[in-house]
Amino acid sequence: MSVLRQGYVIGPIIGVIWVFVAAVTVAVAMSFATGDAFRPSALYSLIVGAPLGVACLGAARGQLILAAGCAGFVLLMLLGIGPVLTEDVGVMGKIIAGLVLGLAVCWPLLAFLKEAHKGEMTRHIFEDAVIRFLTGFGYVFFTAIVFIPFYVMVMTSFKNQSELIQNPLDFSLDLSKGWDLFRSYTELFADFNFGTYLLNSMFISVMAVFITLLFSVPGAYAVARLRFKGQAMMSRSILLIYMVPIIVLALPIYIAFSMTGLRNTIIGILLIYPVTTIPVALYMLQGYFRGLPAEIEEAGLMDGLSRLAVIWKITLPLSLPALASVSLYVFMIAWNEFLLAFMLLDDPSKFTLTRGIASLNSSEIPRQHLMAGSVVATVPIMVLFLGLERFMTKGLTAGSVKG
Amino acid sequence: MTQVLPPTGTTPLAKREARLAWGLLAPTLTSVALVVVLPLLAIFWISFKPIGLSDLRPAAPVVRESLRGSDENMRIEYRVRNSSQDTEVTEVTLADTIPSGLTLRALPDGCSLDGAALFCDIGTLEGGYNERLRIPATAADKDAMEALAEGSAPIVTGESDSILTNFEFSFVNFARIFDGDEFWGVLGVTMFYTVVGTIGALGVGLFAALLLDKSFKGQGILRGLYLFPYVAPVIAVAFSWLILFDPFSGSANALLIQMGVTDDAINFFGEKPLALIMVTVFEIWRYFPLSFLFILARMQSIDTDMYEAADMDGASPFQQFWYLSLPQLLGILSVLFLLRFIWTFNKFDDIFLLTGGNAGTRTLTVNVYEQAFAVSNIGAGAAVAVVIFLCLLTFSVFFFKYVSREEGL
Repeated sequence: MSVLRQGYVIGPIIGVIWVFVAAVTVAVAMSFATGDAFRPSALYSLIVGAPLGVACLGAARGQLILAAGCAGFVLLMLLGIGPVLTEDVGVMGKIIAGLVLGLAVCWPLLAFLKEAHKGEMTRHIFEDAVIRFLTGFGYVFFTAIVFIPFYVMVMTSFKNQSELIQNPLDFSLDLSKGWDLFRSYTELFADFNFGTYLLNSMFISVMAVFITLLFSVPGAYAVARLRFKGQAMMSRSILLIYMVPIIVLALPIYIAFSMTGLRNTIIGILLIYPVTTIPVALYMLQGYFRGLPAEIEEAGLMDGLSRLAVIWKITLPLSLPALASVSLYVFMIAWNEFLLAFMLLDDPSKFTLTRGIASLNSSEIPRQHLMAGSVVATVPIMVLFLGLERFMTKGLTAGSVKG
Repeated sequence: MTQVLPPTGTTPLAKREARLAWGLLAPTLTSVALVVVLPLLAIFWISFKPIGLSDLRPAAPVVRESLRGSDENMRIEYRVRNSSQDTEVTEVTLADTIPSGLTLRALPDGCSLDGAALFCDIGTLEGGYNERLRIPATAADKDAMEALAEGSAPIVTGESDSILTNFEFSFVNFARIFDGDEFWGVLGVTMFYTVVGTIGALGVGLFAALLLDKSFKGQGILRGLYLFPYVAPVIAVAFSWLILFDPFSGSANALLIQMGVTDDAINFFGEKPLALIMVTVFEIWRYFPLSFLFILARMQSIDTDMYEAADMDGASPFQQFWYLSLPQLLGILSVLFLLRFIWTFNKFDDIFLLTGGNAGTRTLTVNVYEQAFAVSNIGAGAAVAVVIFLCLLTFSVFFFKYVSREEGL
């Protein structure tokens, strides 16, 4: 280990790996943005990264290295060598790629190695440098893996079939098309009934939230506050119920609904959805109710309120944040639910959004429609979630919730 | 002097409280019983019965009425058919109203005419058979009568033995699913998917939590962004992955070819070992946010004094993580492991949407769907569901053993 702690060893190692990571990132980003051919090179990363790593070791004049790095990478790009290789890319593209690469390599590298020095380091300094490097790598890695699928989803919906097949990497938008960019969206709403699906999904999700709250608030209160035989067993079996896989239930439900004519009706869906969400809601709420001080409720009881009045006038107003997060969570489950809608709905006028997207998945329908449908289903839940993220994260962790 | 004793047994107040509790729980309990317990019992029932999708409609007689021939040969014909090919229908009867203006000249055996009401007792119809009743008749205006006679629909009734409700049981379904290598292959795939998916999601989630366990500008935005995979509808992200990794026009393949990693396009979701790895990676990608959220919440509740003390004592960052953070996180990690293990084991939509269970990615849950709907063998599907449920019960026993020690869950 002490060999690793030598500045001349760890500096070049981090330098080489980081240059390669940055090169891959810049190449992928530039490819996705312009559709041109950018390619990272492991060999050049080695050649460039090792001396750069040494140069950054405890560097006092960071700005100088940064400026020199940027200029150097632009020069390398223009010469056609360096960690990112190009084919048929214009001068402008090369300069931009070089600048971005220079920043992406030098700035983090300086930060990683600012406390490191030449010669042997203490364990503390050494591990700090490694951790900073891992952190930088982590940010790039996570942002990329989360961002890319959604980027592909949105950008594909603005393209058309021939463009997509011609160059699958070209996600640049042709802004001269103007409103025509949104063609797949207008077609979805005009020809594929997505307006109806959107309304159906809205209606079903909102109703599911109401029914779930109606059932789970009294139930959660009983489990959390009232003393009765079987209370402990009850709070455990709630958990057990939401571990039962939906597919196991879906089969008999399908049979029963076929026999009673509830298949293909929104009523039927509304009978099922809340039951899948009630146990989750009940579990989250009872956790919250337990945390509320019982003394306030007892004071209410002493002052002559009945139990139900206590719930209505004291407990519920106090647990508004919990109700918000439970509602949000139930809404999300109902909105995203796919399996039951897929099995139980065949009539296009009753489709939910997820079922509607599934119906777009055929070889006759171009894929930009499929992606536009996905965007239509994703955007409302994302907006809602980002707006109320505070409640969501709190509620999720407080109630420990299903996936 | 009598001694004052506390009341023994349940007091009226306690009784009232218990009654209220059950009253408040009643709606939930009823609905859960109807939608969870009843279907579970039904699954057990069906798993012992060799039935297919077509047996869901019980065998019943079907009738077609027509007025045929003319003058001497004019007759009403009832063609009663058994809807099922192999189940017999017993006690078949037929009732119809004969319009005025149509006179029946003779009645076949088993039929009686009361005013305008015709009633026939046909008896037993074997599976796949049909019975023709020809009743000679006279009418003045044939075309008008034809419309009238065929306008009034005859009513047929019959008793059939539905395989769903009778009391014959067999182990055919279980013999069928345990027979051959297929089941063990499916079980192996399920275990790989579950174990790797769970550990992967936990590991990646832990890494993400370590990244965000410090306050800096934009931390909120990053946290929101990292939760996206979990919040987005599964169908939307699954199709995005399919399009991203498409073998013919997917960006991932174009990128890999351009970078010289591979010469030919890779069929990510269509080749045997690769497809399973891909669906597992998808599972990790989709559910790391959940573990990340829980681990982060636990991390932020750890006291910072401890780390300062460790710093004073000269512990290096990795030592602090290994000897201080990890032991504190072990509780939430083990609970998350068990929960995620159970839920990954139960997961259906993801694999169904990505590969449909092809290319060696058929897990137990996908097998339920395959057996019941693709092969139309509901009995076998139910048998697989029962196997899943029994596995689940086993896991739950473990879960409750651990969870009872962990507070907060």
